[in-house]
Amino acid sequence: MPISAENSVPIIFVRDVNKTYAGGFQALKKINLEIKRGEIFALLGPNGAGKTTLISIICGIVKASSGTIIAGGHDIVRDYRAARASIGLVPQELYTDSFESVWATIKFSRGLFGKAPNATYLEKVLRDLSLWDKRDAKIMTLSGGMKRRVLIAKALAHEPTILFLDEPSAGVDVELRHDMWRMVRELREQGTTIILTTHYIEEAEDMADRIGVISQGELIVVEDKDVLMRKLGKKQLMLTLRQPMTSIPAELSVWPLALSDDGHTLVYSFDSQKEETGIAELLRTLGEHNIEFKDLRSSESSLEDIFVSLVHQPKEALE
Amino acid sequence: MNIYGIRAIYHFEMARTFRTLWESIAAPILTTSLYFIVFGKAIGSRMGNIDDISYGAFIIPGLVMLNLLNESISNASFGIYMPKWAGTIYELLSAPVSWVEILIGYVGAAATKSVMLGLLILGTARIFVPYQIAHPLWMIAFLLLTAVTFSLFGFIIGLWADNFQKLQVVPMLIVTPLTFLGGAFYSITMLPPLWQKITLFNPMVYLISGFRWCFYGVADVHIGMSIGMTFGFLIICLTFVGWVFKTGYKIRN
Ligand SMILES: Nc1ncnc2c1ncn2[C@@H]1O[C@H](COP(=O)(O)OP(=O)(O)OP(=O)(O)O)[C@@H](O)[C@H]1O
Ligand SMILES: [Mg+2]
Repeated sequence: MPISAENSVPIIFVRDVNKTYAGGFQALKKINLEIKRGEIFALLGPNGAGKTTLISIICGIVKASSGTIIAGGHDIVRDYRAARASIGLVPQELYTDSFESVWATIKFSRGLFGKAPNATYLEKVLRDLSLWDKRDAKIMTLSGGMKRRVLIAKALAHEPTILFLDEPSAGVDVELRHDMWRMVRELREQGTTIILTTHYIEEAEDMADRIGVISQGELIVVEDKDVLMRKLGKKQLMLTLRQPMTSIPAELSVWPLALSDDGHTLVYSFDSQKEETGIAELLRTLGEHNIEFKDLRSSESSLEDIFVSLVHQPKEALE
Repeated sequence: MNIYGIRAIYHFEMARTFRTLWESIAAPILTTSLYFIVFGKAIGSRMGNIDDISYGAFIIPGLVMLNLLNESISNASFGIYMPKWAGTIYELLSAPVSWVEILIGYVGAAATKSVMLGLLILGTARIFVPYQIAHPLWMIAFLLLTAVTFSLFGFIIGLWADNFQKLQVVPMLIVTPLTFLGGAFYSITMLPPLWQKITLFNPMVYLISGFRWCFYGVADVHIGMSIGMTFGFLIICLTFVGWVFKTGYKIRN
């Protein structure tokens, strides 16, 4: 994504947002976040972390207890009309009007958001989502995956410049998921900013420009995906041994080594960021002790590993 | 003003009405016909005239009011309760519409439907009783004012209710009894003096009396009083809804 002067101003500012629900539960703790114009931002976090709460506040469904939010240059409370007109939301739950037809429901959405009717545009949205054949079907006769697409069509009906997708891939088959991600990329090409949550971390790894991780109401990290993976990623060197070992020999105990695969594989973990990985020295040491190996390969930790370590030991992972 | 938004809500609500058109029309027409047969013909034939009006004709304004109130309340309360119940309210809450626009859409549709029904009942009544309307313009104005006011009241009930029972409770336990006791089927001058005084605390008395004045030019209470009371109630409802939307009470967490 090219950064030019005009799109370097964030499209969403979240400033010191707190949320305490009526029951007294604090779902968000002093959230500060900026979403860049035109990016795909993935918000990750375990169940109950506060992802939906944050999205609901930005969209106007839930009131923040304190803090301010600017979306598309407009304060979401004071200037809610302009702010909301630019936002489309696909909610996590499949909330639909069972008795309405697909066509009626997307026409309704477009009107509700203050846009003049435009059948050509709505037809294109339905065609892109493979829903055109179902336009006259009552929503209750559709499958779960189709209902999800109807919700996407509703969110796109008013041509938003900011699109929130709250777990769009829940309950959606592989093929549709691919179609959906293709569409998300197309929307991004056209300049739409996309904020999504997902529990499929490969998806975020695949799609997102930047990643935010939220845990127990706190935003623990916001980072470019590549930077995050470089910074927090651990590399491992795996040596397939000629002779399996039952334990690490005492003379190698100073090295961060582990055995796996019933003693057939020796695993060396190292920090890929450091100048000195220690690999050459390790191999020399192994030679000195006549430990032979027949194969060697290295691997990087996935975003999933990073995510798990962040959520469980945020302090350690970030150090 | 988000005109497209108002239109969208209004059409959505009217479409819901037309999907169940027969149920919406058949039940009220059937019950009113029953009232006319039982009260108008069977019992009415043994009753003397009230204020020089035949009993059959006397009960028409009250019957229309009874239906108008119930329909307005149930349409509007159901209209806003459904999206809350189904979760689809997320869209309304995230849309660039103000509470005034939401009200115009929902209350407008509910009032439209109940006015249509009121006219239908007046038409049905004509089959049983040949009545005259002394002040037709006032009659229409009163019909509209009442329909809007009670649709607004229904909207509030729909916002407040968190289950289907609560939706029924107010019309069944408050509105219908008060309408019956408010002189739908008798003139309050027929009551003993003490009860006449007590009855004046019943707001339905003003509605029914005012509406009956539109038809026959006679009323239990002054017509100005009737209109004033209805406006008063409208303003109370408006203020309350405004407060609900400002604070997010029961709709926005
Ligand atoms: N209306 C509410 N009243 C009280 N507590 C709520 C309400 N909605 C959410 N919560 C609580 O706030 C916390 C955050 O919920 P939220 O739905 O934002 O999580 P999430 O990150 O979207 O989780 P998931 O991945 O399961 O969708 C949870 O502990 C939840 O129980
Ligand atoms: Mg969620």
